[in-house]
Amino acid sequence: MGNFLQYTLQGLAAGGFYALAALGLAIIFGVLGVVNFSHGACYMLGAVASAVLLAEFNLGFWPALLIVPILLFVFGVLMERLLVRWLLPLDPLYNFLLTFGLTLLLVDLVKKKYGVSGLPYEIPAGLDGRIGTGDISLSVYQLFACLFSLAVCLGVWALLTKTRIGMIVRAATEDADRTSALGINVRRWVTPVFGFGIALAGLAGVLRAPNGAITPEMGGSFIIILFAVVVIGGLGSILGAVVAGFLVGLVEAYGQAYAPAYAQIVIFILMALVILVRPAGLFGREEAA
Amino acid sequence: MSLEAETAHLQLDEPVIKRGSWLNRLRILGALIVLLALPWYVYPPVAFDILCWGLFAISVDILLGYTGLLSFGHAAYWGASAYTTGIVAIKTGLPFPVAVLAGIIMAMAIAVPVGWLSVRRTGIYFAMVTLAFAQMLYFFANQWRDVTGGENGLQGIPRGFFGVGLVETDSFYFYYAGLAFAVIGALIAWRVVNSPFGRVLVAIRDNPARARALGYNVDRYKLTAFVISAGLAGLAGGLFAISHGFASLQELDWRTSGKVVLITVLGGIGTLWGGPIGAAIVVLLEDRLATSGFEGTGIITGSIFVVVVLLFRRGVWGTARHYLGAELLARRRRY
Repeated sequence: MGNFLQYTLQGLAAGGFYALAALGLAIIFGVLGVVNFSHGACYMLGAVASAVLLAEFNLGFWPALLIVPILLFVFGVLMERLLVRWLLPLDPLYNFLLTFGLTLLLVDLVKKKYGVSGLPYEIPAGLDGRIGTGDISLSVYQLFACLFSLAVCLGVWALLTKTRIGMIVRAATEDADRTSALGINVRRWVTPVFGFGIALAGLAGVLRAPNGAITPEMGGSFIIILFAVVVIGGLGSILGAVVAGFLVGLVEAYGQAYAPAYAQIVIFILMALVILVRPAGLFGREEAA
Repeated sequence: MSLEAETAHLQLDEPVIKRGSWLNRLRILGALIVLLALPWYVYPPVAFDILCWGLFAISVDILLGYTGLLSFGHAAYWGASAYTTGIVAIKTGLPFPVAVLAGIIMAMAIAVPVGWLSVRRTGIYFAMVTLAFAQMLYFFANQWRDVTGGENGLQGIPRGFFGVGLVETDSFYFYYAGLAFAVIGALIAWRVVNSPFGRVLVAIRDNPARARALGYNVDRYKLTAFVISAGLAGLAGGLFAISHGFASLQELDWRTSGKVVLITVLGGIGTLWGGPIGAAIVVLLEDRLATSGFEGTGIITGSIFVVVVLLFRRGVWGTARHYLGAELLARRRRY
């Protein structure tokens, strides 16, 4: 029972990283119609940036949690302004390819600067212990990662449902053309929304930083699992991204615990099942065909 | 989702060079001369890599350029065939064309269920789903160490060729043996694209709803194109494994899927000819970078990809055809 709880928490912590990043991916897709392949690379940049902040500026986990998303937001704004924007009127495949090229570029740049072996990072003081009694002992860091991502997801949800900006973003996600026709300047929100989505990927990276080696390659399999997450949740759906993120995290953790050889394969089998039963994803709407 | 979302608005020109025209004959003659002369000027194993990647890119182009489907997981078929070809060649010692045939069959067999699931989604979703399934195969190969050798890969794949010693040991002659099969592959691709079946694919690419309304079973056409494409990717991957004498996990990696898409886009999508041209550029560039000891090939290839997608979407062959086409049309009007 204690083990099972531990696996569950581990899954929810990993699910939190997926949920945060998938949320960013879904918001960007909703408003811009862009599937950002470099989302995994941005997640990696978030983790690398926290390691660099610690090593060179002696800024630990807590300041990084604030600074890194701001840095990534700026990075996202630049990326949208300089590159992504030009391809928005064209088929979304072109931006998919552009961001793929950017991924290769970013990963190898980081590799050249910081090497392939990975940067060290430790669980910050205050999160390094375990809580619980007897059979049940849980990592404080994992508990924090899980609750923090859940809180951020709820915060974003509140932002989207309770504020005017959120209403515009939701309307644009629903139908960008019709929203413009109602006199709302959708284009004005494109750049900040893109930056915000990238910042969420960066935030997931910071949260993940204390959890094992930080390598330039860590975004590679992450982005592919992220794609599985949004296919399972339904790419147009913000709730779907969050729920599927935690679901995939859990499936992966139980897989690692009970069938380690097939841990990662199970995720893709889950995706295949969802495509088979509900091609539009668990929370997605059917496409007109 | 509106209907438009399902249609791929790729920037494509219709070909202007007519079949049977002198220009077309000249083009084919030129390509043959270049392919035959290649190992005299380029280190033969590198020349062979160009053949393999060129054919691989052609297989991607059948889907991307002619069906409007971006498969971002074609490494699955290239890699599955590379492993199968290697295992058959090692275990049985059969001549390499037979081993490659086994690889092709394996690639197509895997493509049937993957394609069947993937064609349920279109556009960008198709790219994500095919990528995810390819990654699944990667993890699978990584786990199944007894057969695939895990991270070490398959070593020492023999290059049997009916006892013809020159082909088996000298990569210069092996190039010509491989060239024959690569040309057959390219001819199959050309035949597929220029058949009534190929015209239906183009109709589906341009307007799936209309093709469906005309009574075509769109999903079945897509699946057939997908399996044919996987077979060609398998041919390319099998030849690649034989040429290198090993098959590794890199063959199944998502970067391999991305690299072949880069080659296809760089050469020009919807052209078939673009594949080999893009392959020549990328393979020669990577070879040059590797020999010069430059680390971080991704910085160069990634930048090329970004520039091509931003400024040069027609690709090399597509651009040439565009301007040549404008010239030809203008001349036709003049007379």
